[in-house]
Amino acid sequence: MQRLAPILHVLGLVILIFSFTMLAPLLTALFAQDAAQFAFDESFAVTLIAGFALWLVGRRWRRELKVRDGFLLVLLVWTGLPAFATLPFLIYAPQMGFTDAYFETISALTTTGATVMSGLDALPPSLNLWRHLLNWLGGMGIIVLAVAILPLLGVGGRQLLKAELPGPIKDSKLTPRIADTAKLLWAMYAALTALCVLALKWAGMSWFDAVCHAFAALSLGGFSTHDSSVGYFDSPLIEAVLIVFMLLAALNFVTHFLAFRQRSLAAYRHDPEVRGVLGLVLASCLGISLYVWQAGVYPEFLTALRYVSFNLVSIATDCGFASTDFNSWPMFAPMWMLFLSCVTASSGSTGGGLKMIRAVLMVRQGVRELEHQLHPAARLPVKIGGHAVPNQIVFAIQAFVMMYIATVVTMTLVLLASGLDFISAFSAVIACINNAGPGLNEVGPGTNYAGLSDFQTWALAFTMLLGRLELFTVFVLFTRAFWRG
Amino acid sequence: MKIIILGAGQVGANLAASLVAENNDITVVDLDAERLSLLQDRFDLRTVRGHAAHPSTLKLAGADDADMLVAVTQSDETNLVACRLSATLFNIPTRIARIRSNDFLETEEGFLAEHFGVHHVISPEQEVTDTLRRLIEHPEALQVLDFAEGRVRLVAVRAYHGGPLVGHELQDIKRHMPDIDARVAAIYRRDRGIVPTGITVIEPGDEVFFLARKQDIPAVMRELRRMERPVKRVMIAGGGNIGRRLAARLERDYEVKLIDHNKATCALLADQLHRTLVLQGDATDEELLEQENVESIDVFCALTNDDEDNIMSALLAKRMGAHRVISLINRSAYVNLVQGGEIDIAISPAQATVGPLLSKIRRGDMAAVHSLRRGAAEVLEIVVHGDLKTSKVVGRRIGDVALPEGSSIAAIIRGEDVLIAHHDTLIWAEDHLILFALNKRIIPKIEKLFQVGFGFF
Repeated sequence: MQRLAPILHVLGLVILIFSFTMLAPLLTALFAQDAAQFAFDESFAVTLIAGFALWLVGRRWRRELKVRDGFLLVLLVWTGLPAFATLPFLIYAPQMGFTDAYFETISALTTTGATVMSGLDALPPSLNLWRHLLNWLGGMGIIVLAVAILPLLGVGGRQLLKAELPGPIKDSKLTPRIADTAKLLWAMYAALTALCVLALKWAGMSWFDAVCHAFAALSLGGFSTHDSSVGYFDSPLIEAVLIVFMLLAALNFVTHFLAFRQRSLAAYRHDPEVRGVLGLVLASCLGISLYVWQAGVYPEFLTALRYVSFNLVSIATDCGFASTDFNSWPMFAPMWMLFLSCVTASSGSTGGGLKMIRAVLMVRQGVRELEHQLHPAARLPVKIGGHAVPNQIVFAIQAFVMMYIATVVTMTLVLLASGLDFISAFSAVIACINNAGPGLNEVGPGTNYAGLSDFQTWALAFTMLLGRLELFTVFVLFTRAFWRG
Repeated sequence: MKIIILGAGQVGANLAASLVAENNDITVVDLDAERLSLLQDRFDLRTVRGHAAHPSTLKLAGADDADMLVAVTQSDETNLVACRLSATLFNIPTRIARIRSNDFLETEEGFLAEHFGVHHVISPEQEVTDTLRRLIEHPEALQVLDFAEGRVRLVAVRAYHGGPLVGHELQDIKRHMPDIDARVAAIYRRDRGIVPTGITVIEPGDEVFFLARKQDIPAVMRELRRMERPVKRVMIAGGGNIGRRLAARLERDYEVKLIDHNKATCALLADQLHRTLVLQGDATDEELLEQENVESIDVFCALTNDDEDNIMSALLAKRMGAHRVISLINRSAYVNLVQGGEIDIAISPAQATVGPLLSKIRRGDMAAVHSLRRGAAEVLEIVVHGDLKTSKVVGRRIGDVALPEGSSIAAIIRGEDVLIAHHDTLIWAEDHLILFALNKRIIPKIEKLFQVGFGFF
């Protein structure tokens, strides 16, 4: 209790604040006179009281948190908030069951965007807004996680973003205090979201859809208010707008902020990831379009380019919108998209997966080993942005990638054992660990995750959490050393 | 002239030696008593032990009535403070500081003068790096000097059998290359200098100094010898100040390998250099050189602090097949020993530094002085002042100027224009003359020739 109480105290505060976010759908429900109003009344009250109680109970043991407490706090926040977030769903539609509701909310808060719900078009607007709001709040949480908390905990070479590297990366810490940095980046995030809402409205969406899709795009969550996702609008203009904002969200928000403050694009040129992200996406769009067109899926190249661009960007950036059932494309195309989802997003973005910087570092590390064969006496540092990366960080990243692959293999085996077919199991694990959204076959864009058994649903919910918290944050809690004190 | 030299390191000692030789009163200041006594034993100068940037030390060294202060200690900061002090407290008329750090070198024009009272900045590492870079650009040359911001170059090259011009009179140059204006300023034959005339015949083995526009240099060299293949691969031994600078300058255009034995230095170099392959090891390690294909190296530069190491690694590299080897050698005795043998070029860092300083202490307005052939000969860039009456030079044709025996005018820089000298070229006031002096002894005569007379005012 000595150890847990101060953490619970902070958790209580977070839940307390979280409860107020329920006021937005509540007001929407009042305004739209929809059927879910009572659900939000009760959820708000329960969450508020629970948060307050935790805060009050823990107050006696209040103290400064240590780095080690951070691991536990992050995990509790990321599992506790989804639990409270299920309340509106459970109260409105008790037949849904806690398993599915929890899957939905953790998918929302980890910005995965995998859904078990169908009939979205008929859902009360307040509930739809709640799903998207969770997406957006998850995105905010990730930004703090990425720029402040994970580097502090030193997860998987995340120290890279700390003070070790001079030059552009050092600027990642914009202000000396984490809280100030987070506020600046949230402002950036909110501003881009507002811009996206306006652009989507201009492109032809209703205000409500524009807000919801902007939330889902900037957080790279990928929920939609329609069962057929963005395919519902069937508008190239809307797809183009979303492509732009998904790509923006997949870049480092710190870079956006620097570019904004310096009023110049130089920040993007100095960012070691931007070139990789944009280059990979562009080359893949053209290549896969050509491939899909050659395979005869679409009669015209431009049509192929349109569908491939949107769906590929959506999956690669770990957003998860879909405008067509890409599951029906020749296998190579969706598989390549899943591969991209592992490496495309930047560190400090709202995307998931390994992150581009780790991928770049791993490639350079590989090249270094090859060069070492030829020049045994050579001193060959792995460089990012023109500066050598300490070996320690390279090792941390190697360990991270190893752990990531091991997790994918293990979870795929678990799902196979539970009776899922290989393509579904593998794609679901990849889509969840990268927080991308739709997988293939049974969990593909044409269907959703509703058909899975309870066990499979929980396994995938856990996978999303692992992916979002970058594995180590969760795994460290399973080590004996952590609990020994 | 009364000159105070701060710092008795390599640069300071060499400087003192050449300045004493030119009849100056030298006081050397250093913290190390041993070094000072060594200097005092060898040369006719005074020494003061103390911190170079302390007012009391400077006063003791005679700063009150000194004509020039040359601050060449290892530390930029000490040099800058000493200049500031001698400007504020002692009013020494000419102040020169050695600066190593790029941070200071890259400050805007006039910053150091205004805030630190530095009249002239010298940077031995920079000079040597520039020298090396020019030699790598022209692998056939023994020496390359820049004039007029590099628009004209003075090049020393050895004539070989088979060069179209070898065995011919100099006046044939015009016939061989009608479009190219070049001027042979001097020829050294078996270490004896010759002032060439139109009928001088170039013999194989001659060391020919010629001056031409930058873009014409390869064409002229082709007349004198077979051309080398262009340099692609460079290996540098020693990652000190010079090695690092050179690698940084070359790595864009050449394939550079750099060897240093110190692990920490290597780590630093690998971080700072982007395309250079940094190798940790001993440059005299045969196995390492073989592993790194020294036989395919076009130019091998031995640039450590240690003369013996440089000579040995250069010899080894040459023996193992490196095409051309350049070695940095501080001791002048060694330079004479190895140059022209297996080591193709020996560079003395001291000589590279002394030149710019000499131009400041000479009488007359000298824009630049370069020492050649280990200080025996000099190339001067002289600014001509006065008019037809007050000057013995202005308004006359080059052929009519009474130049002392053993000197020749090679070119005239007039504003933006460069004129290769001919007999009938007219000299104007404010021209910069590039003048070759075969022998140092005639320098006073040259100084006198270019002095503006006062009798007519």
